[in-house]
Amino acid sequence: MTPPRKKKMNLKQRYALMTRGLDWETSYQKMDDVFPYDTFEGIKITDWSKWEDPFRLTMDAYWKYQGEKERKLYAVLDSFAQNNGQLGISDARYVNAIKLFLTGVTPLEYQAHRHFAHLGRHIRGAGPRVAAQMQSLDELRHAQTQIHTISHYNKYFDGFAEFPHMHDRVWYLSVPKSFFDDACTAGPFEFFTAISFAFEYVLTNLLFVPFMSGAAYNGDLATVTFGFSAQSDEARHMTLGIEVIKFMLEQHPDNLPIVQKWVDKWFWRGHKMLGLVAMMMDYMLPKRIMSWKEAWEIYFTEAGGALFEDLSRYGLRVPKYADIATEEAEHISHQNWAIFYQYTQAAGFHTWLPTDEEMAWLSEKYPNTFDKYYRPRFEMWREMEAKGERFYNNALPQLCQTCQIPMGYTEPGDPTKIGFRSTEYKGERYHFCSDGCKDIFENEPEKFAQAWLPVHQIFQGNCGGADLGDVLKWYHMDNGTDNLDYSGSPDQQQWDAWQAARKKVAG
Amino acid sequence: MAVVALKPGYEEAVDIRDRHENFHGNQVVYLHWEEHLSFCSAIAFPLPPEMPFGALIEELIPTYYGMHPDYQSVNWEQVEWKIDGKPSTPDMSKSLAENGVGHKSLICFHTPGLNGYRGSCS
Repeated sequence: MTPPRKKKMNLKQRYALMTRGLDWETSYQKMDDVFPYDTFEGIKITDWSKWEDPFRLTMDAYWKYQGEKERKLYAVLDSFAQNNGQLGISDARYVNAIKLFLTGVTPLEYQAHRHFAHLGRHIRGAGPRVAAQMQSLDELRHAQTQIHTISHYNKYFDGFAEFPHMHDRVWYLSVPKSFFDDACTAGPFEFFTAISFAFEYVLTNLLFVPFMSGAAYNGDLATVTFGFSAQSDEARHMTLGIEVIKFMLEQHPDNLPIVQKWVDKWFWRGHKMLGLVAMMMDYMLPKRIMSWKEAWEIYFTEAGGALFEDLSRYGLRVPKYADIATEEAEHISHQNWAIFYQYTQAAGFHTWLPTDEEMAWLSEKYPNTFDKYYRPRFEMWREMEAKGERFYNNALPQLCQTCQIPMGYTEPGDPTKIGFRSTEYKGERYHFCSDGCKDIFENEPEKFAQAWLPVHQIFQGNCGGADLGDVLKWYHMDNGTDNLDYSGSPDQQQWDAWQAARKKVAG
Repeated sequence: MAVVALKPGYEEAVDIRDRHENFHGNQVVYLHWEEHLSFCSAIAFPLPPEMPFGALIEELIPTYYGMHPDYQSVNWEQVEWKIDGKPSTPDMSKSLAENGVGHKSLICFHTPGLNGYRGSCS
């Protein structure tokens, strides 16, 4: 006799069993001992069962979808490699944007993988725990697929080979590194607010759209395909971000001031870090997609405006200093590119001055600021280059204690003056690039007083030595190959030789 | 405000990395030439507190700012100094410390009439 066939469960039942069904109230140990991390921040959760799972994906479905995406991605990567895709990009200068991505962003994906794994263990609610576990796997997949995609460029161009080592040591990479270190050393709810909400919900389009559209415009099919492969994951990450915020705000009125402070902090930190993307869009893409200012208007002013209007019913307001950040969208890309131009000797990618055509584009996109404040700077440097006196800044920059960027940002309302801010904590002086960064420090001075500032570390003798050559060696940067201007670099020489050979073949 | 930390005693365990004693007898000093923003930010130096203030003009400034087209025209008698935001008339023969320059002090100098390449503050 055959046993009666069990009725197949529907998706909803399966999902419930695979998430909530795996959860239980502990009896031998106190729940607070099992989940020691989710209360110290002061966030009050009265009922975890009120958590609405933002997406209902079971693990078996997850494997299936991700497996399909992987197969497609790796098929494209194979074809890109077989067809010498590196020859089809707009110009070899483009590759420097990818160097910045691999050294600055990819290691953050890995950090996100690690910390979401931590949350996947340590959040008391089963719903968010499962969501964090899936995101942890996504982030690991992103790190891997980015490394695999970009490894093709590593065969043909300089500056890629030592990316994890560089991420931990190089002065400007301390900006993204310290951003993520800050998030990972916070409690779980602050991490969710920082990464899932402020970064992935509010600001993510300003990272991914520029890089992926930039890749499409500049003939980099490999990076575009990676971007598509990550996109559906990002959509899940965003829904997690918004759910976390709503859940905290609905659970207890005491949560609002804490959440608001985190939103203010992480909006400002994200804005400063994305200044690297701003510079990439306005200066590093041989074929431009849109200006940083335009991207800021679309993705922050408009989309972010609508979001915060929606969240105002919970009492949450637009992040503090959003108006200042919007004003800075007129300046940040120019100021950042100027920093890298004058410190090209210590950069792991190549720099250059904008051409006449590029300056005309910048004038058109930045009618209020470019011709008045930034064109003269580039023209002065161009004259110096022509005289054989290329401008280098041979001293080390003063860094902001919070964002760790050289203090090159100007006073709101006056682009001719550097904005200096400072405070004292336990008898020591600390310097900041902005009121936003100063506020962040003053809210948690005991945390930020510990900052590992690359310039001070060099002075203390902790970075391989006192002169540039020693420090570059410690960074694993190959002097004369990975750094300095694009013009005259081995990358350029090789690219020009390829183009000449192609012309010859084409006859 | 109170520290929000998982571990009791967090604040006492904090290691402030940039304490003066970590710089081998030097103190960090920042220098900034106002209205010359082609130098992207103030620049940092580890300097002995007993170094005479005048060495800034004689050694550091020519080495690190000397390539700017305005540099040759600077009249050092007219330069306006600020130490940590306060206007100051430094005594060039006295030390940095005697002039009130401490660890992580910011020294700004303004050169009246010289405001960058073609007056652009660059």
